[in-house]
Amino acid sequence: MALKGNLRDFNVTQLFNLVNLARKTGALTIEQKGKKADVCFKEGKLVYASVNGQDTGLIGMLEKAGKISQEQSRIIRARSKTNADKELGLLLINAGYVTQDDIVKSVRSHTLDVVYLLFTWTDGSFRFEPNKLPATGVITVPINLENIIMEGSRRVKEYEMLQNELPDLDMALKFTERPDARLQDINLTVEEWRVISFINPRNAIRQIAKTNSMSDFKIRRIVYGLLSAGLVDLVMAGGPKRLAAASNAVSAPPPVKRSLIVRLIDRVKRM
Amino acid sequence: MVVCGPFSAGKTEFISSISEIDVVSTERRITDGARVVKDQTTVAMDFGRITVDEELVLHLFGTPGQKRFDFMWDILSEGMLGFVVLVDSARPETFREAKTILDRFGRYSPTPYVIAANKQDQEDAWPPDDLRIALRAPSDTKVLSCVATDRESVKNVLLELLYSILDSVHEE
Repeated sequence: MALKGNLRDFNVTQLFNLVNLARKTGALTIEQKGKKADVCFKEGKLVYASVNGQDTGLIGMLEKAGKISQEQSRIIRARSKTNADKELGLLLINAGYVTQDDIVKSVRSHTLDVVYLLFTWTDGSFRFEPNKLPATGVITVPINLENIIMEGSRRVKEYEMLQNELPDLDMALKFTERPDARLQDINLTVEEWRVISFINPRNAIRQIAKTNSMSDFKIRRIVYGLLSAGLVDLVMAGGPKRLAAASNAVSAPPPVKRSLIVRLIDRVKRM
Repeated sequence: MVVCGPFSAGKTEFISSISEIDVVSTERRITDGARVVKDQTTVAMDFGRITVDEELVLHLFGTPGQKRFDFMWDILSEGMLGFVVLVDSARPETFREAKTILDRFGRYSPTPYVIAANKQDQEDAWPPDDLRIALRAPSDTKVLSCVATDRESVKNVLLELLYSILDSVHEE
């Protein structure tokens, strides 16, 4: 009999804790507002995770992890006669594209990204089916749950904070006009530099994230850091020309004469 | 002119200090049929007045502080010369709300505005320069020291706003 319920009553942390302590084997399906996640466990360890809409194939994972380029990804997809990840992985190792370690790390990274996202889901139905495992041919990497649960809890708090600080990913960024802000002396990670290279008032943050295969959480974290350091400012996407046209929050001021304002200034001074 | 800001930032005191009439907290009925929302809702607002002469009167409106009255901004912002974002400098827990107001109305507004760092007479008040950083205010936005119960301080804020408006007006 499958365990089932709603995340409002039993959250992801508690579910993972249950699986870990009971050393369960099976598949956990969570559904929320049109999104569906599948997470598989074997003897209490996490072995697989996917969310609909994300490329869960090995090629996608390797590209996201930066082990192969976009161009290589395209070529491999076009030439590959197999869809099974295990078989594809062997072919890629033999062809010298990647190593076994690359594959393990990429799959692990993808799995963790999905799982950490699930920690932010606070509503949705779940169902755990015992003994159900991923299809043969899917690459699975066993991961201990204790650290995931700890990190997941930390990320929930950070996620909420980042959501509040950056609610709208359709905004764009521009470099600050502060004269003392210089990019030469700043130490940034590779991912932060990637984001920096796309900064342009025409590029929405969401687009930058998609181009760099970054999750909402990751791009928010990076952009928040850049904003906090005073290196960039938020602007409406589309550049200065669209700025005025898109602003609906405040109407343009009424046409006034300078003399009227001068009269007001004189009056206030006399008060 | 409109004075906006988080709940309890000092908007009523600000208008009271400068208004020639007692500040009226009005129940204002939204009667403009063009507005889509809540035309039967009544909302309390602060209203003050400065008379220049027989032909010219400056009206000061203080927006309700609660978020659920954000829609009032759409009504007040029409015909507005400029606005003041009043922030309680001694309560950093309100800075987030102030930032939301700035992000929504200030950052992309064609209407001149200033930020008034209120309650600068209190020991815990953040200095205007620090408040600027905390609010991530644009570098060209004035962040002014303010004590809303002090008439001279309020005059200074209004004057700075008027100077900003003057700068934005084209020659006749």
